[in-house]
Amino acid sequence: MDWLDANLLSILNGLALAALLFLIAVGLSLVFGTMDVLNLAHGAVSLTGAYIGVALLDPDAGAGQFVVAILAAAAVGLAFGGALALLTGGVRDHLRQALLTLGIAMIAGDILRQLFGADVQSVPTPNGLAGSVDVLGKSYPVYRLVVIGLSIVIGVVLYVVLERTQVGALVRATVADRGMVETLGVRSNVVLAGVFAVGAALASVGGLLAGPVLGAQPGLDNTILLLALVVVVVGGLGSIRGAVLGAVLVGEVQTLGVALFPAYASFLLFGAMALVLLLKPGGLLPARYGAATGGHA
Amino acid sequence: MSTGVVAEAAGGGNKRAQIVGRVLVAVVLVLLALLPFVAASYPISIAGRMLSFALLVVSVDLLTGFTGLPTLAQIAYFGIGAYTAGLVGIHWTTNLFAQLGIGIVVAAVVALFTGAVAVRTSGIVFLMVTLAIGELTHQLADSLPQLGASNGLAGIPPGTVYPGAEPLLLAGYTYWWALLVFLLGVAVAVVVARSPLGRSMRAVRESPTRLAAVGQRTYVVKLAAFVIAGGIAGAAGTAWAVQTRFVSPGDLAFSVSAIALLSVVVGGAGTLWGPVLGASIVILIRDWLSQYVAGHGELMLGILFVVAVYLMPRGIAGTILRGKRRSDEPSARERAETAA
Repeated sequence: MDWLDANLLSILNGLALAALLFLIAVGLSLVFGTMDVLNLAHGAVSLTGAYIGVALLDPDAGAGQFVVAILAAAAVGLAFGGALALLTGGVRDHLRQALLTLGIAMIAGDILRQLFGADVQSVPTPNGLAGSVDVLGKSYPVYRLVVIGLSIVIGVVLYVVLERTQVGALVRATVADRGMVETLGVRSNVVLAGVFAVGAALASVGGLLAGPVLGAQPGLDNTILLLALVVVVVGGLGSIRGAVLGAVLVGEVQTLGVALFPAYASFLLFGAMALVLLLKPGGLLPARYGAATGGHA
Repeated sequence: MSTGVVAEAAGGGNKRAQIVGRVLVAVVLVLLALLPFVAASYPISIAGRMLSFALLVVSVDLLTGFTGLPTLAQIAYFGIGAYTAGLVGIHWTTNLFAQLGIGIVVAAVVALFTGAVAVRTSGIVFLMVTLAIGELTHQLADSLPQLGASNGLAGIPPGTVYPGAEPLLLAGYTYWWALLVFLLGVAVAVVVARSPLGRSMRAVRESPTRLAAVGQRTYVVKLAAFVIAGGIAGAAGTAWAVQTRFVSPGDLAFSVSAIALLSVVVGGAGTLWGPVLGASIVILIRDWLSQYVAGHGELMLGILFVVAVYLMPRGIAGTILRGKRRSDEPSARERAETAA
């Protein structure tokens, strides 16, 4: 109990980071799982969301303004993702996909730097959520608890939609046998572009929600991309449950692990990833269907 | 009868292309060797660093292009070579051959141990494991006080070619050293690519199961390629340290290894001259052209990458070889297969 008491804040911070990482990484994972595209522009999409927060939110922004910003970030993310789906449509080779999407990420990063400058920008916490509450005797920021809750809700909705609804069945069928789905009169590339757009919208919203915690600055897109890649590879590419587990693991390693072993802070993340991949090359919870199970991962 | 004629014609085409290729290589070599006589010291120093980066890219190509293992780890062995050369220079001897030799050996040994684990995987997982190797090395360099930690390793004395010789201070001399190391490294890569091992490496890329079925051990082939590529990257790193006389953790960053991997794709994976050309273009755009479009090096590089994907689907080398294929169909196909 003493141990828990001493490390409660680190654990909660880890969960908050995990919540943000899950929102950002789940799109990366689904796009790889369904379209077999490794989207290295994912960090840039996320940073765009954070900058939308910089642009739209006043320092004393209320909940209403925050909802508007979330909707704007989702819309921009949908458009960005749709454009990426179009551009990567004919590119099947993984290395050329990496070349294309990293090129797009560099262009987007440069445009964002032109628009918002090279300095660190802060994203204000919405007014009603700026305070702290008591958690087991410690005061903790409300906003981070809200982020954790929101992320759980979105994760559950995603899981239910993909596993239990007609739309989800269509996505899974398109992944399993594209030709068969097309003979039923469904345009498979529209389905896949939809997955890409929704994944990018989640990343953009995730970037916006991360704004009050991580801020917005050039170079943050690479950091986010690396963390998201670690999350999805550790969890298992193409799997929602894997993204949850990977996000919690990475979040806790980055906060609790760093608090417990400060001397090894910078080695923990990639050391943990290397260990997981060598023991379970497919990740901890590999996808049960989709391109990621095709044996080339 | 007709096949014989075709084969003869193909042989003729090959020979002509070979002669053109050799003349081109000779002209480029002479130009490279003469560069210090005509250029100022700043462009020479850029060209020297370009050669070291190009050699790093060659080592990436041996794994990615020839063996089909997309790697982000070569920056680690490059860094190990650079730091080793620097430490040898500071603590023991300024002799460049000693620095080169020790740098190669240390890099190759580390590649042997890390590669023994890494080559058990393939595809995206291999990419991420090699990313971990690169990032862990980067963090190690960033935190070890013996390596100068985040300040970098400074105070590397200028190198000497033989005991008692004048130290190499002028940009032109260190450039020649970088050119020598580059040529040695490329020569090793060419020999490996044309050897039975090189054929096995391409077989691993095309079909590991088939190679295993004829009794070859794919693990050994992949590990051998990994160690050789690690040694070449280490050699490039020693040449880098000799020129800059300062090694910082920033030289080992993820962005450098990503650009090295993408240079291979831009240039044309699976040939050696394509990635060298790709690396030169990438460095020219990032370090030289960006002077004229202040601070937009990243933007220019991004545009290059996007354009390359659509206009040169098989890289620079693939585009040039396909252009030739249109003019003489059968010989070019053969050349594309044996191109190294």
